[in-house]
Amino acid sequence: MAISDAYEAVIGLEVHTQLLTRSKIFCGCANEFGAAPNHNVCPVCMGMPGVLPVFNRRVLELTIRVGLATHSQISERSIFARKNYFYPDLPKGYQISQYERPLCVGGYIELPTGNGAPRRIQLARIHLEEDAGKNIHRPTASLVDFNRSGTPLLEIVSEPELRSAEEATAYLRELRSILRYLEVSDGNMEEGSFRCDANVSVRPCGATELGAKTEIKNLNSFKFVEKAIKHEIERQTAVLKAGGKIMQETHLWDPERGETRPMRSKEYAHDYRYFPEPDLPELYVPPELVEQIRAQAPEVPAARRARYARDLSLSAYEIDVLTQEREVGDYFEAMVAAGIETKAAANWTMTEVLRASNESTETFSNAVPPPAQTAALLKLVAQNEISLNAAKTAFAAMCKSGQDAATTVKALGLAQVSDEATISQVCDQVLSAEADKVAQFHAGREKLFGFFVGQVVKAMKGNANPKVVNEVLKRKLAMAGRPSPSDLPSSGA
Amino acid sequence: MPLRMAEAKISLDGVRHVARLARLALDAQEEAKLQHDLSSILEYVEKLTELELSGVEPTAQVGDAGTPMRDDVVTNEPAADAVLANAPAREGFWFKVPKIIE
Ligand SMILES: [Zn+2]
Repeated sequence: MAISDAYEAVIGLEVHTQLLTRSKIFCGCANEFGAAPNHNVCPVCMGMPGVLPVFNRRVLELTIRVGLATHSQISERSIFARKNYFYPDLPKGYQISQYERPLCVGGYIELPTGNGAPRRIQLARIHLEEDAGKNIHRPTASLVDFNRSGTPLLEIVSEPELRSAEEATAYLRELRSILRYLEVSDGNMEEGSFRCDANVSVRPCGATELGAKTEIKNLNSFKFVEKAIKHEIERQTAVLKAGGKIMQETHLWDPERGETRPMRSKEYAHDYRYFPEPDLPELYVPPELVEQIRAQAPEVPAARRARYARDLSLSAYEIDVLTQEREVGDYFEAMVAAGIETKAAANWTMTEVLRASNESTETFSNAVPPPAQTAALLKLVAQNEISLNAAKTAFAAMCKSGQDAATTVKALGLAQVSDEATISQVCDQVLSAEADKVAQFHAGREKLFGFFVGQVVKAMKGNANPKVVNEVLKRKLAMAGRPSPSDLPSSGA
Repeated sequence: MPLRMAEAKISLDGVRHVARLARLALDAQEEAKLQHDLSSILEYVEKLTELELSGVEPTAQVGDAGTPMRDDVVTNEPAADAVLANAPAREGFWFKVPKIIE
């Protein structure tokens, strides 16, 4: 979207994601959400004097996984650094982070663009750091909980290559999807396990130099990211058009007012005096560990999209919906593997399965039946044993009861009647009850055929095989309509 | 001995800047003393430039062991009361601190 004819936006995103480890990055405290305050803490993550951090091997493995999935170069030798600042949620007065020689450099993420070639966004770096604690504010005091202090955070920094709020959101969605595919993070923005800061500047179209940027913080939903960036682009463009200057500053997004506003003066905030962490020797990354993780790397969304596009006749939209979450794609594939035709499996996954999972508070695999059972249900449709509508009813019931397809269909009396004799009997009843409409039909109101079908299906509580009903009705009406003296109108008109 | 400005490796403003970052309140005398001390430290470190180091890779550590790593297991039991025992103030299991103003 063109914000203005004369200016273009330049956006870079910094994403912090919490890693799904059991313990913290430098101590053996539990890394979990929702524990009672200050229950998962120890002298190390409380910043007591004299303690030493010891690095969690799992953190390295998860980082390498992300590095490989984003085509990054994994540094063989990496170092930690101290980032110094004072804040009550930071007990040591510094955060262990990485500055020089981060673990991953030079990767990229590809965004789907409908049917065109994917758009590639370069990454500046991916590095590790420890998270800070949490504050809550009371009218006369603030309260501090250090449970989150020292939990592992991965920071993924894009180059300033994003050009619109929509593209920034697409990048975030893709990155979140990758992290969830890799089972590295749960990507929950509301709970803060996936956080985003945006660096936004605008410049005259065609300019190669970057304008002064603002950093927007407090973006805790995809919707806010898009709104805040849009707002900031418009604000900066208006300032520049009026001949003003953009101040390099940090803004907070205020979701209630729908605008960004500068944080109180932070002229010292960016002077972090990074220096190498003396408590942690250099981090050597064993090449065989990288190769081992590469060999076990799960498929990433982009690879899955490419595979679907190559092997399956699905639209770009269908591919996008089916591949956003790994478990949704797995479900669809399991149905196809169980013998369901691609299009039918795709449709069912995109409508019934996603609806059931969205309406449920359970995890995906608890919200929906196992794919084999859903496949069994769809086979009953293909074999004309139940109607498509009956299958929808059965599926909703299966989601709640956990029972298999055959049991559910039987229990709900959804089996479709294809038996001609039974259907024929009902057709006769309907046609004799609606004798006047039958006469109108023969007089030329052929649209009434649908009405007869509807009456038969209704009389059979929706369980009649519509194909058989159609055939039987056609035959009966044709026979009844055969001209015979008694059928002829008594008065010629 | 008063320091001539030409010898100072760090300006008084520089001293005030790092003092503020370190949350140190200094009077004029202390500022002058720190300017002197910091300058002599910087001067001492500057001696390194006399060495021919163009072929030496930057290094953050001496020794060649590499950082030790631990397995991802939880080894710490919750002991919130012990953790909060020395806190000047608490509210429930929270540390209570002077109100943070953003
Ligand atoms: Zn700890």
